[in-house]
Order: sequence, then C-alpha cells, then structure tokens
Amino acid sequence: MLNLIITGVGGQGTVLLSRLIGQAALDKGFDIRGSETIGMAQRGGSVVSHVRIGADILSPLIPPRGAGLIIAFEPGEAVRALPFLATRGAMVVFDRPVNAVTSALGGGAYDAAAMLTYLRARVGRLTVVDGARTIAACGGAKAINVALLGVAAAGGLLPFDRAEAERALRARIPARLLDINLRALDFGAALAAEAPRERDGP
Amino acid sequence: MERRLLMGNEAIALGAVRAGVTCVTGYPGTPSTEILETVARQKDGRIYVEWSVNEKSALEVAAGAACAGARAMVTMKQVGLNVASDPLMSLNYVGVRGALVVVVADDPGPISSQTEQDSRHFGLFAKLAVFDPSTPEEAYLMAADAFACSEAQGRPVLLRPTTRVCHSYASVTLLDELPRRAPEGFHKDGGRWVIFPRLSYQNHLKIESELRALSDAFSAYPHNALTGRGRLGIAAGGVSYPYVREALADIQVDCKLLKVSTVPFPEALGLSFLEGLDEVLVAEELDPVIEDALLRLCGRRGLRAVVRGKGTGDMPNAGENTVAGVRLAVRRFLGLPAPEGGEAAKADGEAGEAPSPPARPPVLCAGCPHRGAFFAVKEAVGRRRAVYSGDIGCYTLGNAPPLDMVDTCLCMGAGLTMAQGLGRVEPDTLHFAFIGDSTFFHTGLPGLVNAVYNGADVILCILDNGTTAMTGHQPHPGIGRTASGAAAPRVDIHALVSSLGVTALARVDAFDLPAAKRAVAAALGTRGVRVILFEGPCIAVDRGGAPCAVDGDACTGCGRCLRQLGCPALARAADGRAAWIDPVLCTGCRLCAALCPVSAIGGGGRPC
Repeated sequence: MLNLIITGVGGQGTVLLSRLIGQAALDKGFDIRGSETIGMAQRGGSVVSHVRIGADILSPLIPPRGAGLIIAFEPGEAVRALPFLATRGAMVVFDRPVNAVTSALGGGAYDAAAMLTYLRARVGRLTVVDGARTIAACGGAKAINVALLGVAAAGGLLPFDRAEAERALRARIPARLLDINLRALDFGAALAAEAPRERDGP
Repeated sequence: MERRLLMGNEAIALGAVRAGVTCVTGYPGTPSTEILETVARQKDGRIYVEWSVNEKSALEVAAGAACAGARAMVTMKQVGLNVASDPLMSLNYVGVRGALVVVVADDPGPISSQTEQDSRHFGLFAKLAVFDPSTPEEAYLMAADAFACSEAQGRPVLLRPTTRVCHSYASVTLLDELPRRAPEGFHKDGGRWVIFPRLSYQNHLKIESELRALSDAFSAYPHNALTGRGRLGIAAGGVSYPYVREALADIQVDCKLLKVSTVPFPEALGLSFLEGLDEVLVAEELDPVIEDALLRLCGRRGLRAVVRGKGTGDMPNAGENTVAGVRLAVRRFLGLPAPEGGEAAKADGEAGEAPSPPARPPVLCAGCPHRGAFFAVKEAVGRRRAVYSGDIGCYTLGNAPPLDMVDTCLCMGAGLTMAQGLGRVEPDTLHFAFIGDSTFFHTGLPGLVNAVYNGADVILCILDNGTTAMTGHQPHPGIGRTASGAAAPRVDIHALVSSLGVTALARVDAFDLPAAKRAVAAALGTRGVRVILFEGPCIAVDRGGAPCAVDGDACTGCGRCLRQLGCPALARAADGRAAWIDPVLCTGCRLCAALCPVSAIGGGGRPC
C-alpha cells in the first residue's frame, strides 16, 4: 500500500493532482481512498490531500508518520507536512516559495531557503524540483501539479509509470488544456531522469 | 459493472440518480455543494435541478415536488438546515406522497462552518429517520435506501454525511438504475396537505409508532452491523467506524464492534451488542447520539455495562476525530500500550530544530474586488468610530489584518440586521454592513426591507462579484444563468434596492479606488439607509490581466502597500527593502499602484 500526502497552498492545483494519481491507480486495478481540503482553506491557506493506494483500505486519512511519499508544492508547506512522513519515506518538493501575508506584514520574513536546508538534512529520499525552470518551461504556474506528477511517476515513486499517468491525464483533462499539461508531464519526467534523487540526508 | 473514482458528494448524487430522483434543489454550502453540481452535470433530461435562493426555498420547492409524487432531493450544509427548519418540522407532520431526501452535510472540526451542530439531533428533534454513511461507497448505496425509506414511510428522510465522507473519495462500483415510475401528480386528498392542530396531534401519534417500527427494521439494516465477541465492545458511526476498524486491524484482543448508521437507533441490535458486556467505548463525531442511545437502553433494561465516550471524557466532545486519536482511545480501552512514536523525535533531534513555516490562514485572493471595497471604506471613514458588520462568504476574510474590516459575523444575512440593532444602542457610531451578492438574495433582502421600514441608520455595502465565490462559483438570481447552465432572467440588485425606496444608492467599480472613496464619503454625509453597490468580478472567474511590477529604483521601501492591503502577491524583494510583486499571483488589479505614494508600481490593468 502507498500512503501519499499532497500539500501546498490553496489555488496551486493540489486537488487535481490527487485526482489524477487516484485515476491512474484505479486504472491499474488498485483500490483508492483519500480525502481533500475543500472550503475556506482553498483561498490561499494550507491545503492537504491524503491519497491511499492499495487494497482493503479503511480510513480516508493517513496517520502521522504514515506517508511513504509527500509531494509538496511549496517548501514551507513541505516542512508543515513532515510529521506525516514515514521514517524511510520519500519527498518531492517544489522549491519556489509562495509568500504568506502574515510574513509580509512583518511577523518574521519567510525564509524558504531555511526550509529546504532543513528538508535536505531531515529527508533521505528528497527530490527538489526547480520551480523557476518548471514555470518557465510550462508557460506559467497552472500546470505545476502535472509537472510534479511527471517527476513522481517517472521517478518510480508511484505505483504507475509516466505512460499510465498520461492515460489518466487524457481521461480527466479537458481537450483544450491537454497540450500544456502533456508538456508539463514530459518536463517533469525529464527532470526526474536528469536529476537522481538527492541522497545527502541521513 | 463500472468502478469509478468518486468523491462522497459525487457518490450521493449518482446514488440519487440511480434511485430515480426527478427534482433536486439546494443552496451551496461546504461540504455539501458538489452533490447538486454533480446531478446538474449529468445533463439527465429526466431531472429538474435548481440552485434555490436559500435553503428554506429549496426545501419547500422539493417538498412541493414530493407532495406531487416525485422523488425529490434537497441539499445543504448543516447551518442551512437551520434556515430550512421551519418547513422541515411541519412537513414531517404532513408527510409526502413520493419521496423527499434532505441531504444535510455536517462539518466536524469545523473546517468551513460556523457551528459543530449534529444533524442527527435535528433528526431526533424533527422525528425523522437519518442515514449516516461512513464512506463514499456506503453513501452511494444509502442514497437509494433513503429514497426507499422516505417513500415507504411517506415522510421526509435525512441523509447526513460529514466532511470526511463528502470530501473523501474512493473507487465506487456503480450499479444499475433502480425501477422508476412517473410521479402520480398532486391529489388534493381532502385537506391532507393543510397543517392544522388536530391533524398534527393525530400525525404525531402515528409518527411515534412509525419510529418504533423503524428502529426494529433498522436492526436488520445491512449498514447497521454487529461483529466480534467478548466482554468489551466498541460502538461507532460515520467516519469514526473505519478509524476504529483500522485501529483494530492489528490487535488480537476479543472485542465486539457495533456499527450504527441510522436514527432511530436500532435497539434490538443494540441489545444484542450490550448483552454480556462489561464496558463499551463509543466513537462518533459531534454529539454523543449513539452513546446516549446505549445509555438509555442500559437504563431501560437494567444492564450493567459502563458506557465510555464523550460523557466520561474518554473521547473528545468537540472537533473532528482523527485516525491517531481514535487509535489511542481504542488501545487504551482495550488495555494496550500507546502506539510507538519515538523514532520521529529521534530523527528530528539529529537534523536540528525544525524551522517554523509561516502561518497561512485563508486570505482574500490577489485581485479580489472585496479588497478594493474594504480598503475604500476604511480610507474614507478614517478615524471616525465605525462598526463593520460582516456576513458569510469570501468577504468574511476581510476580518484579517491589515484590513481588519469585519467586527461581527453571525450567520447568513445577519450583518445588516445586527448593524441596525447596534445602531439603536450607539446612534452616534457609523454602522456599516457588508454582504455579498448571493448572500444578499439568500437572507439579506428581508433585512434591507426591515431597515427601510423601521428607519434604520446604516450603510449597506453590497459586494457584487457576480458569483457565489466561497463555495466554488455557483450561479444565483443576479447572474442570468441557472444551475443547469440555461439562460435565466437576471434580478438586478440596483433596481431591486431602488424599488424599496432607497434613494441614497450608489454603484461603483470596486477596483476604482478614488471613485469608491468618493461614494463612501458621500454616504457618510447623510443619514438613514444608504446602499453602496461595489461591483467587480471574482478573480477566480475572470482571471484579470497582466501582472503589476515594482520599479525597484523608484520604490522607497516604505511598505505602505504591504502594510495596508494584505495582498498575497505582495512581499519584500530579496534585498529586504523594496516591495516585490509575485507575477504568478498578481492579476493586475492596480489597487497597490493606486496607493503607492511614489508611483513605483506599473503594469497591470484589466483588459477592456
């Protein structure tokens, strides 16, 4: 069974990523169960999706230390979700920070570099995704969810491969948005191929 | 048979379609909204779907359809049932001819709600059967059961999912459609549909005996179940049931497990459960409904089992249950040690102290028109004493610093009426009320009529962003489109307010700061009922234009834009001095450019 946490800031497209992963896993014959953050938090708050893939899954939520994989759209949210990560779990983190209004108001600057430094020290199986390059390659921030899907699927972190991810994409994404999303998937898969997972942690 | 990845709300919708629903109404509210949206998306020509103006109207429309023999469904969140409670309480006495399923979604936590009320208690209060699913698969099946029960009883029935059923998803096996028949039509039936005291007394007697029979029937209902053996027993309902099963999965201790998915409580099944038990633990969210039913049963039958749960402090009596919390409670109840958790602390110690991620509460989006409206009012009022009464919607987020423009928020439509009461006590204070377009139609309108009729001294700011934003952009009467996407007459808010005799009425572009401030200033110069209609499209619907950018050389780093607007696109640049605008988030509304004292912000602007 794979327990997966997807986390980010409301509006970044975490819900669609969890649906795409669920669809691809379902197509492969797995049972799926999961839970979304839908509501007020989608207005720029912290959002977390739980995805459980396997057989005979009971609860839609993952307990602390129960996630084999965390996909984080944002460094600060990655640190916030860290208590979910299992001891030998893997993490994919998008390195571009989303500023928080609370920081901009002077409650302490948000130091994203410190978050990444901590993650590197703490998470053995860490993949840091270059946010600036991804946004440039995908023509904006709309498709970063699919780029991260490409990274995780091609990187062998999910129970399906890039081609199976593409099938889910074709089933779930409207035709007019398919091209940009296929490009994002390819870009993510290429990132996974070029950068082996960092292993400078414990 | 097709297996499909469905969210709980989608499962309920497809379950209702399978059961032959022909009329679906509702008002959006988290976590219930996607149920009606999913039915509307089926484009099933056999089903009438509407977003009603509020939950009371929605329930009454559905009740009418059900009295004419249709299988009808109405959807809402738990606080919506408060609005719809008047028709619901009476409707149970009158009954229905077809079926009426009232889907009311509860929100333990609460995650996106004002209260943690438990609609199972509403079922007990209104003397209605309640179906309480624990998973999306079960919700899919229970939708049909609820219709069958309602039709058999001739009374409305509640289907009560909670957030972790509504917004969780699972692979659901879709079944064939059930037999359906055309609604019989309305039979006058010599006064059956007219509620009168004498009729209500007779019907009350009938309802009580029906509920006793239902309790017996529910003891054999497949979604109420008893397993296991031993002298210890755990009873659970809703999403707590899978939490308990997960906690029991790797435990080798004898234990009975009772699953309860209905109101009325299945007493015969409950008695089999209690037989021979020394102690019981009850895991459920919100109110101790199952716990109280078991206690009552013990008292009535003189049973000696100790019932542990919310009443004994063994389970939390507020907030949602968690997998870890239920696991801990179950292990403690069974006399087992707490689960291991030490490894994490050790690893953290090696890697040093975790840095604190920034607090990230929900905020008004970059480019939100409400920010412009709030800021214009704040600037125009200046240092005068004013109370800002808010309402339910995205604009409740105007409470956060630095805007700090929401002093009260109670329930849908309460802002304008509370402002009137505040004014009766503090006549020399300025009393503002903010309300969104959808909320104005929902329950704001009677408050405005009340203000005009009683000569209140208030300034009503209607924040018209052309959608029901917080719940995910549903249409409403001011938009000209129905839930199915068809064209509809558009109720013009300006004309409506004007027709009530409000003469101090202004209409401004929420993004035009100077004009908006002038409109507020004009309102400050008069007394009585004043209405300002702030118009500007929701940025999630109308994506805006090119982003703004800060000229780093011109910016003095005064921080005015950062301190006053609370826009998520604004931050300090890497040098810590100049302001910086995140081009990914900025939609070019130019509100920050309008207040920059040195005109250092360029770009942006809305496409014409």
